[in-house]
Amino acid sequence: MAAARVLRAGACRRRLLLSSASSSASSSASSASSSGGSRAAERGEWPDGAGLGFRPPAHSHSDWIGPPDQHSNLRPVIFYVPPEESALERRLREARQEAQASNQRFWARHNRAFRQEKEEFIYSRLKAKGLEMRDESGHKATLNAEEMADFYKDFLSKNLKKHLQYNRDWYKHNFRITFLMGQVALVRALRWLRWRKKNVEQ
Amino acid sequence: AGLFVWRLRNTGVPQVPCRFVHLYRVANNRLITFQYFNFLKRMYVTQCNKDLSQRAKPKSDSVVSPFHELQQLDQEKKVVHKISPVSPETSSRNELREMKSAAETEDSVIPVGAESKEDRQWKEMRLRLDDLPGVLARLSKIKLTALVVSTTSAGFAMAPVPFELTCFLLASLGTGLASCAANSINQFFEVPFDSNMSRTKNRPLVRGQISPLLAVCFAASCGIPGIALLTLGVNPLTGALGAFNIFLYTCCYTPLKRMSIANTWVGAVVGAIPPMMGWTAATGSLDAGALLLGGILYSWQFPHFNALSWGLREDYSRGGYCMMSVTHPGLCRRVALRHCLALIGLSMVAPVLNITTWTFPIISLPINLYISYLGFRFYRDADRSSSRKLFFCSLWHLPMLLLVMLTCKKPALEKEDKGDLPGGSQETAMEIRLP
Repeated sequence: MAAARVLRAGACRRRLLLSSASSSASSSASSASSSGGSRAAERGEWPDGAGLGFRPPAHSHSDWIGPPDQHSNLRPVIFYVPPEESALERRLREARQEAQASNQRFWARHNRAFRQEKEEFIYSRLKAKGLEMRDESGHKATLNAEEMADFYKDFLSKNLKKHLQYNRDWYKHNFRITFLMGQVALVRALRWLRWRKKNVEQ
Repeated sequence: AGLFVWRLRNTGVPQVPCRFVHLYRVANNRLITFQYFNFLKRMYVTQCNKDLSQRAKPKSDSVVSPFHELQQLDQEKKVVHKISPVSPETSSRNELREMKSAAETEDSVIPVGAESKEDRQWKEMRLRLDDLPGVLARLSKIKLTALVVSTTSAGFAMAPVPFELTCFLLASLGTGLASCAANSINQFFEVPFDSNMSRTKNRPLVRGQISPLLAVCFAASCGIPGIALLTLGVNPLTGALGAFNIFLYTCCYTPLKRMSIANTWVGAVVGAIPPMMGWTAATGSLDAGALLLGGILYSWQFPHFNALSWGLREDYSRGGYCMMSVTHPGLCRRVALRHCLALIGLSMVAPVLNITTWTFPIISLPINLYISYLGFRFYRDADRSSSRKLFFCSLWHLPMLLLVMLTCKKPALEKEDKGDLPGGSQETAMEIRLP
């Protein structure tokens, strides 16, 4: 009983990785990660890929990037948590996780909507032409590019506002992450210089 | 090794003969097997690219491959065991040792084989120095940069001044660096959109081969020296044009792509500026010749890009890019045709401005007429084959046009005779012309 509780708590703490297809899972994962990050969790240990089925080798100290997600086409990243992670580095990691989750949510939902609406369009057009969804050989009937053009135009204009909002968010995330990366790199460089100066003096 | 292959064939093992060579390097064999599937996948994608259409189907995890791979590994294991009794008969002991170790690694590999295919797709995000040149080349779109530099060189060569090698090299280098910087920033801005389009999904930032910070640092370390080189080593006007072009491409064109179809016209200006930079690098001034060259490149962009975008409508629609081919298809084709015809007109203007002789419009007429004909076909038929024909024609049309222009360049002597300076002798004409 107690063992089971400990196991569950451990799994919750280790969940530092996001990027799953459903938004609920990712939002719960992100909440788990923010709480897990604040607790001085299993630093230096690799999180269990939160459902991605991959665990980076224990000796590796860098992030790992995976194959494109089948819904969002974005590549998930498993972030390495170093044993002595400074506050700045933690802010960077969390910013990257948040951006990843937000991108995943947007594109998974968007691509799903695209596919669905495309199917509906094809179905309605085929029905208007009096054809079936599958022809005699059992292959799916498709419309040619010119017929699909109406759908593409329609879909683009419908989603323009959504895209404008997403663009703003994406640019904000991108700049913030890059700026934090710059700060982290600067701090590390200064630390290394100080260490070298100390060594030289010795 | 050859002997072993022969023996393999004789024992009637139903294997690909060259498989034996890979037994020594188990890792390589797995890599080759994996690449075999990758190759098939790649073929699928390039086929789609050639058709200039991509399908947004979800990446299906093919159920076949993991088992297939296990089967192959099993077969290898069998082959190894078959060979080991044969080997003492032949020669070296190291080969025996290698095979034994191969067999051992086989044994250790087999249990992991089941999940290794998925796992192998995960890559460590650590930059290796030997990968860096390739990654940076792809980040800076080095091939496109080379084309841009060649248009700059054409602009420089067309300028009616004596050819100076150092100036030429500095201008080319500066433009190349500026182009690398602009392309890197463009990729930095477009990561999630590039991931979703088949044409661009293998870019370095999308694949995580380089961090965004490094991409920005690379862009800065190319752009700042490039513009400085142009401003200080060539002339300030060229530097200003270069800086303006970087700004136009990264801060106007890239965001505008997702906001309005006006991006195509902005992008055409971006393409027109490099030859103007070449001209100003040579002469130091933006005169009619520079504007004409810029005009030719500007007009060329439309048949080139509109034809390309015709086949990418699905990706643009899904990715949220506002392109004429999606939102205003009629306008797209009209504009392409219009600018093909404009190319004919601009070629006629060249001798009037004393840039080329009258042979230029005559010699360039066939290729200009041909691209206009393809433009007309695209306008009328509006289908994939006509768009492809127009696009591929534009790829050879521009280099050929520039080449013809260079060969028809007005020789310097003739120009001074025809100088419209009142009562000027040859010497004074030369003095005034030199900057």
